[in-house]
Amino acid sequence: MMVPIFKIALRALARNKARSALTMLGIVIGVGSVIAMVSLGQGAQQQVQQQIAGMGDNLLIVMSGSRTSSGVRGGAGTSNRLTPEDAEAILREVPAVASVSPGVNSNVTTVFGNQNWTTRAEGVGLDYLSIRGRSIDAGEFFTESDIRSAARVAVIGQTVATELFGAADPVGQTIRVRNLPFRVVGTITAKGQSGMGQDQDDILYLPYTTVMKKLQSTIYISTIFVSAADRDSTAAAETGIAALLRSRHNIRAGQDDDFTVRNLTDVAEAAEESSRVMTMLLGGIAAVSLLVGGIGIMNIMLVSVTERTREIGIRMAVGARTSHVQHQFLIESLVLGLLGGIGGIFAGIATSLGVSYAFGWPQSISPLAVAGSALFSMAIGIFFGYYPAKKAAALDPIDALRFE
Amino acid sequence: MNRPPIIQLEHIHKVYDTGSVPVHALRDVSLTVEAGEFAAIMGASGSGKSSLMNILGCLDRPTSGVYRLDGADVSHLSKDERASVRNSRIGFVFQGFNLLRRTSAMENVELPLIYSNVHAHDRHLRSRHALELVGLGAKLDSHPNQLSGGQQQRVAIARALVTGPSLILADEPTGNLDSRTAVEIMALFQRMNAAGITIVVVTHEPDIAQYCRRMIVVKDGRILLDQPVRNRRDAAAEMASAPPQDEFEEVLS
Repeated sequence: MMVPIFKIALRALARNKARSALTMLGIVIGVGSVIAMVSLGQGAQQQVQQQIAGMGDNLLIVMSGSRTSSGVRGGAGTSNRLTPEDAEAILREVPAVASVSPGVNSNVTTVFGNQNWTTRAEGVGLDYLSIRGRSIDAGEFFTESDIRSAARVAVIGQTVATELFGAADPVGQTIRVRNLPFRVVGTITAKGQSGMGQDQDDILYLPYTTVMKKLQSTIYISTIFVSAADRDSTAAAETGIAALLRSRHNIRAGQDDDFTVRNLTDVAEAAEESSRVMTMLLGGIAAVSLLVGGIGIMNIMLVSVTERTREIGIRMAVGARTSHVQHQFLIESLVLGLLGGIGGIFAGIATSLGVSYAFGWPQSISPLAVAGSALFSMAIGIFFGYYPAKKAAALDPIDALRFE
Repeated sequence: MNRPPIIQLEHIHKVYDTGSVPVHALRDVSLTVEAGEFAAIMGASGSGKSSLMNILGCLDRPTSGVYRLDGADVSHLSKDERASVRNSRIGFVFQGFNLLRRTSAMENVELPLIYSNVHAHDRHLRSRHALELVGLGAKLDSHPNQLSGGQQQRVAIARALVTGPSLILADEPTGNLDSRTAVEIMALFQRMNAAGITIVVVTHEPDIAQYCRRMIVVKDGRILLDQPVRNRRDAAAEMASAPPQDEFEEVLS
């Protein structure tokens, strides 16, 4: 029964090719824009997630804070009262903390042979690599005894390696940093740009003790990198660290902190959330165009029912039941919706690939969005076809036969 | 051979509720048409013959009274039940042919079979046979706009015949045709009737009624006259004796 009715419906659509195509175009645009928007939005979301993962696991950064002198607050970094002992205390006394690394940095000019390169020297502890999610590419990281003895050893980033050594192997070579000889013990795996566009490979890692004693002659460090035990304990780590440092720095109640704790997981979650909301908003706007496409189907089906009143009358006279007529028109609108949906899937995938290629935006075509919009376009066909089909089926055969 | 009458109307009333004044289209109509009859229902416009034809065709229900079609009471059926009755028991032939445009003769004839779930193979066989019966075996794939009026009406007759109905109901079947083609169509009806098919023709032309066996005249919603046709005309004989068309043209030129 359904097969001939299906054929009847398809032939009716084929008869008005331009009209059917234009009606489908509404759905093509609707489904296409939903898929494109969701793909691009999810691409952005994934990029944010990757950047978060790239920052290191459950990272908190303690920075020296503001020093107030004569009522003038000096701004971040002016107090400089963090010490390596603070870092050790955090690891020892805050239960939510898994590992820490002191951080102290300095701009240095490095020289190898006739090449020189100015870069940032970061004095760090043993756990720094795991906290920041970085790894050794060649050679090895410096050791605990290097830290204890403030040894002149360096681990260099790929940019520094290229600038100083070109294609040659840097491991085992001796470079000069501020005119002191340093032995290169390893290189760091390349990571590329950070979320802010900073080259994360243009760096020199030294034991923090070496930077403090040999390069800066200071007893303070500027930063403590902290890794919380897991994602949920970052907030507990944050408050634990603040309380510990206030007591270690003898800060009385009511006085400002002389340090800042930045919970990067929070920042990351906020960024992730905002890109997620953006995706939903874009998808929502695109869904409105899908709705408009659905109204287009309804409109054309109503016109079609009126135009074909006499045909409906003939069908009823020779024995078409209410359901036969209703099915015929429902199938027409279903096919319009479905074909439009399939067209929209291709249009949406093409658009998101094209936009992503043209603007260099990330995209991630979501199978869920594709399957969902195909189903949704069928549902739209049925939903917006229902009323016209009902109207056709409710016609009185006598009136329909008399219709001119 | 104790077949019940094809049409049995008992005290049929039809009242249309159009606004303030109810219109009595049919008043106490009783009528019996036996199997194998060939009846003409005649009347001027407004006589109630259209209402009668709509009820006979199960397109409409009587306000009161009983209608038995081929022995079964069809006076109180629902819309879908009436659709089934029309599909299986009644073949319609209309004044305006009422064929589906841009659809071949075969597919037009197949239409009622689609709605009674006949398989495609059977559908094709039966439709082809019906079209051959009305002399259109060579025009199976022609579309209505490629056919003359007489040929279109033959397709409509084939469509009415294809389900093997109890009754062929023809509403002004020759109204849109020239007189020569009208005779052709009446010849076809006479041939079908001679083969045992019950036919009711609704018409306002006395000439057309002359080809039937029985004449029923409706006026003001009542049956005014119901009598056998005297001096019945034989369409086939008239066509044979009429000069062929091309000879006519020779005379005129």
